[in-house]
Amino acid sequence: MDQHSTKTGAAGITGDTDTAVIAVGETAAADAPPARRRFARLRLGAYTRDRKFIAGISIVGFFALVALIGPAFVGDPLRQTGPIMDGPSGDHWLGTTNNGQDVLTQLVVGTRSSLLVGLIAGLVSVTLATLVGMIGGYAGGWVDELFNMFSNIFLVIPGLPLVIVLASYLQGSDINGLWVIGMVIALTSWAASARVLRAQTLSLRRRDYVDAARASGERTWRIMFVEILPNLSPILISQFIWAVLGAILAEAGLSFLGLGDLQSTTWGTMLFFAQNGEALRLGAWWWFAPPGVCIALLGAGLTLINLSVDEVINPRLRVYKQRKSRKGTR
Amino acid sequence: MGYLRKKILFYLIAVWAALTLNFLIPRLAPGNPVDAILARQQQVAPVPPEARRSLELLLGVSDEPLWRQYIDYLQQIFTGDLGRTVTYFPTPVTQVIGDTLPWTLCLIGISTALSFLIGITLGAIAGWYRGSKLDILVPSTTMLAAIPYFWLALIFVFVFAFKLGWFPLAQGYDVYHTQPGWNWPFIQSAIYHGTLPAITIIVSSIAGWLLGMRNMMVSTLGEDYVLTAEAKGLPTRRVMISYAARNAVLPSVAGVAISLGFVVSGSIVTEAVFSYPGIGYTLLQAVQNADYPLMQGIFLIITLSVLGANFIVDVLYAFIDPRARVQS
Repeated sequence: MDQHSTKTGAAGITGDTDTAVIAVGETAAADAPPARRRFARLRLGAYTRDRKFIAGISIVGFFALVALIGPAFVGDPLRQTGPIMDGPSGDHWLGTTNNGQDVLTQLVVGTRSSLLVGLIAGLVSVTLATLVGMIGGYAGGWVDELFNMFSNIFLVIPGLPLVIVLASYLQGSDINGLWVIGMVIALTSWAASARVLRAQTLSLRRRDYVDAARASGERTWRIMFVEILPNLSPILISQFIWAVLGAILAEAGLSFLGLGDLQSTTWGTMLFFAQNGEALRLGAWWWFAPPGVCIALLGAGLTLINLSVDEVINPRLRVYKQRKSRKGTR
Repeated sequence: MGYLRKKILFYLIAVWAALTLNFLIPRLAPGNPVDAILARQQQVAPVPPEARRSLELLLGVSDEPLWRQYIDYLQQIFTGDLGRTVTYFPTPVTQVIGDTLPWTLCLIGISTALSFLIGITLGAIAGWYRGSKLDILVPSTTMLAAIPYFWLALIFVFVFAFKLGWFPLAQGYDVYHTQPGWNWPFIQSAIYHGTLPAITIIVSSIAGWLLGMRNMMVSTLGEDYVLTAEAKGLPTRRVMISYAARNAVLPSVAGVAISLGFVVSGSIVTEAVFSYPGIGYTLLQAVQNADYPLMQGIFLIITLSVLGANFIVDVLYAFIDPRARVQS
């Protein structure tokens, strides 16, 4: 099985949804030196055989599909379409809010906005992490010391309080919206990834092929972005997935506290309006339960993909039949 | 003792970074909060000129050069003056923080310790019996880890407090029948009110410990010294606890420092759901009331507490794992 058919297999399951993830994988495959390429093929093959990966990618793919085409099939999420605070019925599968808005419609539109924030924040955060981690790790010396200290400081400063403070200042101004929220989340969440990427860069820069590239006079930026970056790709993918998940959770938390973009319908703002509309005390479970279930499901899907990626990167985590029998004979 | 000196230096720089961030954010932010705040304070009680000055230093509206403001700001912070709140004017910010911090420290401290202990114990067991039915713990706790804290809190309130009536709906103690202090009815009431928030934090944070420990345990069990221990015929318990678990737990201990930030973040939102009288809930009220001095003060205190806790964990880690001391 050559590399391309494996990849289309994976891409087929995702649909055209996780383009970012696939794209990262693609650069890795195309630019990796021949010896690496064989490894990459084994790795991709391992994914398609892994049940965890299939389950994860199906869940994520489903939500991505809803986010892409769902809003076209439902109407305006804020329009009153039925009775007030009505439980699930034939007309409104997930009931209505205290303004008579359809919960399912809001959920579908919210899927798009929540995923959008996740993607923006995930991309920006991983880009920042790559720049700080890879440049620091490759450059070494005082640049590394400085970058490393910078990421360590951002790592120990708790994220949400900082986001809350930033968001509350921004809310008073006219700079607002999903993009801003995504950026703020990204700015406070890149540090852990930067550390992981730095560690891997440190180990890669001593490899023979990097020495060879240096000896043959390749420029530094080319070594970094063409020789090293592609080989960081499994870690980049897993860090990107964590970043998306973290951002979706952070946006939900922020919006729930009333600090998100309350003009947009996201899973977080749905929960905010549910909490403020006394959904809890009125027993309107159909209003506050679905957004959380969606966050949890999507989160579980993303985590399953990541567990599978982790097992491919670190084969020790895989449980072999042979080992099991050793334990069994005891 | 190069390790300790390095850590002290790092945390000093981190504290300086936090102070500077706290100085810069309101200055870079659009708008002029000082006049709005003073106008509101003036309605309650006359504002002395030094209070205005203090507010200007904290929030940064002044014609002085930035470096001068910065030095004065640092001086003010080191004398322990964080300004006065807007909401409870003229109460100093430090007093409001002093009243609310113990609640949060107890809640987060106890629930984090319990979550860590339960998590690594279950993780060690799951790792030991890898490949058995216990592997189901991995996907199921994964699901738990992905649930937002506050949503779990909402569900818990709905089910256990609203439907079943086992726990109170909100608050940190019975405000009508007990008096805060070292008396039994109050402590009892505080424990009763704190149980559900604590359970929420434990349930949502346990998965991370469990998964991390399980994976480390699986890795460690592949080491030669574990095989040797088994070959020597050591009792299973001994191999599991003294050989495998003891080494596998190290990354989890080191991870406490990093995950503390997440736990604190989660607790802020959890407190909001329960209207728990801790620092997170107060932070949100400050945000809703545009009480910038209180907000900045709480941000600073949360950050400094997390830094302090991290420092303690890092120092303890050096005692547990001698390699940390040697390597640096």
